[in-house]
Amino acid sequence: MKKRRSKILYVDHKFCPGCGHGIVNRLVAEVLEEMNEDKGAICAVAVGCSSLMPDTYGVDIVQSQHGRAAAVAVGIKRCRPDNMVFSYQGDGDALAIGFSETMYAAIRNENITVILINNNNFGMTGGQMSPTTLENQRTTTSPYGRDVSLTGKPLDVMKLMGTLDVAYLARGTLTDIKEITKTKKYIRKAFEAQKNKAGYSLVEILSPCPTNWGMTPLNACKHINQVVQSVYPLGEYQGGGK
Amino acid sequence: MTRKLMKGNDAIAEAAIRGGCRFFAGYPITPQSEILEYLSWRMPEVGGVFIQTESEISGISMVYGAAATGARAFTSSSGPGFSLMQEGISYIASAELPCVIVDVQRYGSGLADIFTGQGDYWQAVKNGGHGDYRCLVYAPNSVQETVDLTVSAFDKAEEYRNPVLILTDASIAQMMEPVEFPALKDHNQDALPWAMNGKGDGQNKRHTSIMYYNLDYDNYLKNKYDKIIEKEQQWEEIKTEDAELVLVAYGISSRICAEVVEMARKEGLMVGLIRPITLYPFPVKAFEKLEKVKYFASVEMSCLSQMIEDVVMAARCRPTYPIRGGMKVYEAEEILSAVKDIFAGNAKEVY
Ligand SMILES: Cc1ncc(C[n+]2csc(CCOP(=O)(O)OP(=O)(O)O)c2C)c(N)n1
Ligand code: SF4
Ligand SMILES: [Mg+2]
Repeated sequence: MKKRRSKILYVDHKFCPGCGHGIVNRLVAEVLEEMNEDKGAICAVAVGCSSLMPDTYGVDIVQSQHGRAAAVAVGIKRCRPDNMVFSYQGDGDALAIGFSETMYAAIRNENITVILINNNNFGMTGGQMSPTTLENQRTTTSPYGRDVSLTGKPLDVMKLMGTLDVAYLARGTLTDIKEITKTKKYIRKAFEAQKNKAGYSLVEILSPCPTNWGMTPLNACKHINQVVQSVYPLGEYQGGGK
Repeated sequence: MTRKLMKGNDAIAEAAIRGGCRFFAGYPITPQSEILEYLSWRMPEVGGVFIQTESEISGISMVYGAAATGARAFTSSSGPGFSLMQEGISYIASAELPCVIVDVQRYGSGLADIFTGQGDYWQAVKNGGHGDYRCLVYAPNSVQETVDLTVSAFDKAEEYRNPVLILTDASIAQMMEPVEFPALKDHNQDALPWAMNGKGDGQNKRHTSIMYYNLDYDNYLKNKYDKIIEKEQQWEEIKTEDAELVLVAYGISSRICAEVVEMARKEGLMVGLIRPITLYPFPVKAFEKLEKVKYFASVEMSCLSQMIEDVVMAARCRPTYPIRGGMKVYEAEEILSAVKDIFAGNAKEVY
């Protein structure tokens, strides 16, 4: 069988082997093409490992400041209301430095889609603690494990946004074909919400970072299944029609 | 065309609309809030976008996104809020996108105070943000000039693909004067080849630091700003031809200095005035022909004399004196007495 490759992925990505970013790049590309929205799509890309995308990702793309991608996406969308506009952000970008911009885009129910890659750490800068780092997880800035008595508990964006009047919220993962297929369906629903002008949509993806977790890609997936998912349960949280 | 009596801030807001701006995102702060208030009803009237943001950081970020689509985008603030915008301004300059930003100066650092001041000179003119970039900086001294420069700012921002700042102050922004506006300008974002609208059937576009893709980046950037320095200097000069002492002042200070020139001449003192209209590029050309001048004085409402560094350079290190304002707008008599001290040899040079 011939391998079909999305046109958006016009050159190979630059992420580490086994990284979740590569898979999500592909899922978003496929969804946009299947919806016939690739030609009008505009992406506000975050600072983080996602900053590798302007070199490889074939949609119109604005390199946002660290944390501000949702606000940049809002500026784009308000001026191009008929184009599919999305931000593509890491957990540190969206939930640490960009917490305010992330929340306020949702509070205003802006008609944008946020793709949030949650790999429980600051990947790009070498694996420091992020807001979603698990309790007791060792990182380069929590060398004895995250001490929640000092840092507060891991941040669950689905819970935070669950009370808001937004169009669609879901959390998926990438650990096997079944989960990848589900995640793709969530991404599709998020963009459909935008297309229907229903308002804000966000899909959080629990994503392996083998490099900074110090694990093989397979063990990183096992870790998500056995540990990460119990802190961050999968599924649709809003607008899923359940 | 009819003349209207209008407050500086309202005039800025209307001028932006006339200049084809259809996107504003900003946050309230005195003495700038009338700009938001005006645009909150005026933008919808012309089919534009008005967003009251959660912060100035968010405002400048939205302006960045809007600018990427070719829209004429605008935000405004004062001191503390202008500080928050610096990261975004650096990104916008770095990506070579146009936008217009107004800083209505208030006085002081930190929380500062809401009365007029000129202490944001360094931040606006020398870059508040990181890295190599400059912003074209306009310094109006009347409500009419505020209108004219605001309209022109949108054209210049697009011409150079660079942020343009209007550095005004609480006095000019809060005073009422008669103004005339130009007709409403149409702006077609799709006419700009770099404006994002999705890749269509072509190559996708990227707005990021041009450094990544421009192999001759250093020279390119140097040439870009050299061209701005060569072409964009604007100033007004009053009685400089035979002056022995030239005052240099912008914004509200320049209005008082114009009065001082009249008063000094009546007393036989040969005083003139250079009023920079652009602060970047600083109007060095105005100084080149003034070979006879013995003294220069930088008159600014800043206790550390910020603009004086540019005056000293433009004056090629001829004797330059600070005349400092601060917690209040000067009286012309105070400046005149400082001028007399300079002539009498009783004043201290800046260096
Ligand atoms: C204002 C600012 N502060 C800090 C940085 C350095 N920095 C770059 S990426 C990053 C963290 C990215 O983490 P995340 O958003 O989780 O993305 P990941 O790389 O994990 O996908 C940081 C702190 C920066 N570029 N700008
Ligand atoms: S550091 Fe982690 S998140 Fe970044 S590319 Fe490598 S595996 Fe992916
Ligand atoms: Mg991360």
